[in-house]
Amino acid sequence: MKFQWEGRAIRQVPAEKITAVVRELCLEANYRLALGMPEVMAEAAQSENFPMAKEIIKELQANAEIAWAESQPICQDTGMAIVIIELGQEVQITGGSLYLAVDEGVRQGYEEGYLRNSIVGDPILRRNTGDNTPAFIRVEIVPGDKVRIHLLPKGSGSENVSRLAMLKPAQGVEGIKDFVLETMELAGGNACPPYVVGIGIGGTFDGCAYLAKRALLRPVGEANSAQHIAMLEGELLTAINGLGIGPQGFGGSQTALAVHIETAPTHIACLPVAVNLSCHVLRHEVLEV
Amino acid sequence: MQRLQTPLTPEVIMELRSGDQVLLSGTVYTARDAAHARLVKTVLAGGELPFPIEGAVLYYVGPTPARPGKVIGSAGPTTSGRMDSYTPELLRRGLKGMIGKGARNQEVRQAIRAYQAVYLGATGGAGALLAQRVKAAEVIAYPELGPEAIFRLEVDELPLIVINDIYGGDLYSQGRQAYLSCR
Ligand code: SF4
Repeated sequence: MKFQWEGRAIRQVPAEKITAVVRELCLEANYRLALGMPEVMAEAAQSENFPMAKEIIKELQANAEIAWAESQPICQDTGMAIVIIELGQEVQITGGSLYLAVDEGVRQGYEEGYLRNSIVGDPILRRNTGDNTPAFIRVEIVPGDKVRIHLLPKGSGSENVSRLAMLKPAQGVEGIKDFVLETMELAGGNACPPYVVGIGIGGTFDGCAYLAKRALLRPVGEANSAQHIAMLEGELLTAINGLGIGPQGFGGSQTALAVHIETAPTHIACLPVAVNLSCHVLRHEVLEV
Repeated sequence: MQRLQTPLTPEVIMELRSGDQVLLSGTVYTARDAAHARLVKTVLAGGELPFPIEGAVLYYVGPTPARPGKVIGSAGPTTSGRMDSYTPELLRRGLKGMIGKGARNQEVRQAIRAYQAVYLGATGGAGALLAQRVKAAEVIAYPELGPEAIFRLEVDELPLIVINDIYGGDLYSQGRQAYLSCR
């Protein structure tokens, strides 16, 4: 429905619709890999020559197939429900809170999908909320009258090995590479390699971490549109795979399947860099309202 | 491929070397962070554990709920390192096997040698595949912890790999070295 406000058309979207879409996203995202993942996995299976590593990648492919065929979650860690909303500025959400509508969608989707409740309501008291809420929501205001909702179920294993550093501008690209490689070394085999490496460079302390997470939303293997960044992505992928950590950390050439970098303007005195790792179970679905 | 049966005995454990692929059958108990905290608190207070620990195998997993007609949901390993601070105490009480993913700290690796136990890896992120080897599942303790409750699982030929053996072997360093030296 549309109405006029100061001469502009405003589209109304009921909160219930948001709930329905988020529920649907939960029911889809946990049983299949993100866009581009099956292809990069197939390439990895081809190019991996270390016998054990090759066997593991095939096992991971088989797992994804079973998950889809049997409606079993690809991984038992069905994660934090990370919800990124691109909200058109000509949209008005009616009949309830946007945030609560998203939580309700997560509640319904996780229950109906036989997904795991993995959220504690307080980080110190650590009591499970019992319905995987709250969702972890970011809203981006964009031009237009559409609402695009991304769901990224994010497991804890790869979240726990993610890191951020406030580098000195003098450290430059070398400093960034060192920090990323150090992060991969520390992650080792702990967070289910082969990884997809989300990297944020620039912005603020908090903004940089978000850039790294946002980098994971890009179709897997697609390069950054800026040429100097795309080159850095390629160099980092080669360097990471030179570490030899390999699938599951048991040695091999496929430690990472892709490196995605997002950048943002920053202060003359700052060079923030953040690494948000995803395991091979990268899940991401998007729907538009 | 070697077949193992629970409970694990010292004789069997002596045979295992890091890098060995094994198929484990029998009973395993699930336990993650919250359950570990309770187990260790219980033994330190002189209480009774909810399962016989002598020769027992713990699986670090919090499965997804079972769909109707299924035994269990997805059931792959969680990161073992989070259990490190609790593990030596349980090994001291007779725990013989642990199933998880990721490296253990120095203290746990030493305790594995000292108490003659084994750390086994299951493929991380292969929970749908691993669930096919689970034949029965029942919550036996701490139901209020939800996915972190202790389940007794009956597994049939669960595919695993020996990561840490009693001889100081560690598949993470050995596997990587083997790959880098043959590259
Ligand atoms: S790191 Fe990823 S694949 Fe591994 S257990 Fe966590 S969510 Fe699953």
